[in-house]
Amino acid sequence: MWSFSNISKFIDNWLRATFNPIWTMVIEMVIAGVCVIGLFAILGLVLVIMERKVSAWMQIRLGPNRVGPKGMLQSLADTVKLLVKEGMTPAGADKFLFNLAPFIAMMVAMLLMAPIAFAKDFQMWDLNIGVLYVSAVSSIMVISILIAGWASNNKYSLMGAMRSGAQIVSYELSAGLSILSIVVLSGSLNLNDIIQSQADGWWIFKGHIPVIIAFIIFIIAVTAETNRAPFDLAEAESELTAGFHTEYSGMKFALFFLAEYVNVFIVCAIGATLFLGGWMPFHIGHWQGFNHVMDYIPSSIWFFGKTFFLIFLIMWFRWTFPRLRIDQLLNLEWRYLLPISMFNILLVTLMAILGWHF
Amino acid sequence: MFIVKYIKEVFSGLKSLAIGLRLTLYYFTHHKEIITQQYPDNRETLNLPERFKGEVVMLHDENNEHACTGCTACELACPNGTIKIITKFDIATDGKKKKALDKFVYHLELCTMCNLCIVACPTDAIKMAQTFEHSVYDRSELTKILNKPGSEIREGVE
Repeated sequence: MWSFSNISKFIDNWLRATFNPIWTMVIEMVIAGVCVIGLFAILGLVLVIMERKVSAWMQIRLGPNRVGPKGMLQSLADTVKLLVKEGMTPAGADKFLFNLAPFIAMMVAMLLMAPIAFAKDFQMWDLNIGVLYVSAVSSIMVISILIAGWASNNKYSLMGAMRSGAQIVSYELSAGLSILSIVVLSGSLNLNDIIQSQADGWWIFKGHIPVIIAFIIFIIAVTAETNRAPFDLAEAESELTAGFHTEYSGMKFALFFLAEYVNVFIVCAIGATLFLGGWMPFHIGHWQGFNHVMDYIPSSIWFFGKTFFLIFLIMWFRWTFPRLRIDQLLNLEWRYLLPISMFNILLVTLMAILGWHF
Repeated sequence: MFIVKYIKEVFSGLKSLAIGLRLTLYYFTHHKEIITQQYPDNRETLNLPERFKGEVVMLHDENNEHACTGCTACELACPNGTIKIITKFDIATDGKKKKALDKFVYHLELCTMCNLCIVACPTDAIKMAQTFEHSVYDRSELTKILNKPGSEIREGVE
């Protein structure tokens, strides 16, 4: 049967038979890099048009409808526009850091792709501390935003960057705690083991109310971590023009924009892996017939379906809720999410010890 | 008690968020609610809302008669001098002199479509039209005389 893992195995075998091991590794790395860049480009195009259509329909509008059939090529036209624009560097800016920041943002997004299992046995790097790696690397994102804000030599940029720093540092706590509740239940930091532990049911069903609470907190926290509305204080169009990327134009701006969307994809992929079972098909207890039908749907479709469902959820939040003020934002984290998630992880631990989950 | 209030706050917050989410999901799934119109494409079938205000026009019937007495109520009501009424004296049938409308000068370029003149008019002689394509090459074309040439006041309108 056609699957990603068969293709990758076939290519690997063919390369091993043709070249020596060092060359095989180099070529495989190049292929993986090209695939990641290709995936980034496709994600950027798809997510931008998805966001614009979702926002339009939620605001009783039509959305883009001129370029291509039903406006589906609009993001391609936007990309061409951004490519031919001048990438200006302001006179007072720190030129090296200013030009470095968008690349750090992209690099972080690329690094985060490594441990994600896109399909059954299809993963770039099966490392045994996947969850820790993801939560550690995603914090580097804030450095690129801080560099961009500081190097721009602009008050708006600096304020946006500082807000973003406060926001990411505080929301990482509750995101981490809600991820930990799954680690406690599955007993492993390896993303593959976590997926395998959900073979008889996803954690969001197996874990009852505590895991549902953890899932809600996770979604809120990652929305804040990716700097999207209702937590887009780092950009805050009405107060800070565009926050940390006020001074960026052309392709450098596009890299930030792309990094934002790729980060949304990555956090949704992590959420799908932890709570919704990654590429695991939907199984109900002992209904053999139903489970067999579900097994026929390829694992990659399960993974991307779940991820895009979560992306839709985050877009739905963005176009429904008004933006929080900075004090409300920190109140929400330190007075509500953090105490609730701390209490919740105790509950989950108790549940895991006593075996109260299915 | 503090903890009860805290939990109540959390649940009422979640409930209000859910209400908002339900509305946007309704709009997302019900495309018939979309109010945007493909304007230059559907020029013939354009469906403007009833209360849309495009410009002030004077109503004339088939005998080329209008209902304007020249009372200047609209001119006084206008906040930015858009309307200028020029009156004349007609000789009525019984030989008496009577004040009547000569020219209703309307400066479209000054108008803010506030509707105050229509509210002020005692005889409902003017109303808001739904035309909105007002672009012209010369500004003087925007100064309009609303009463048609040769028109007269309708019989019985005081």
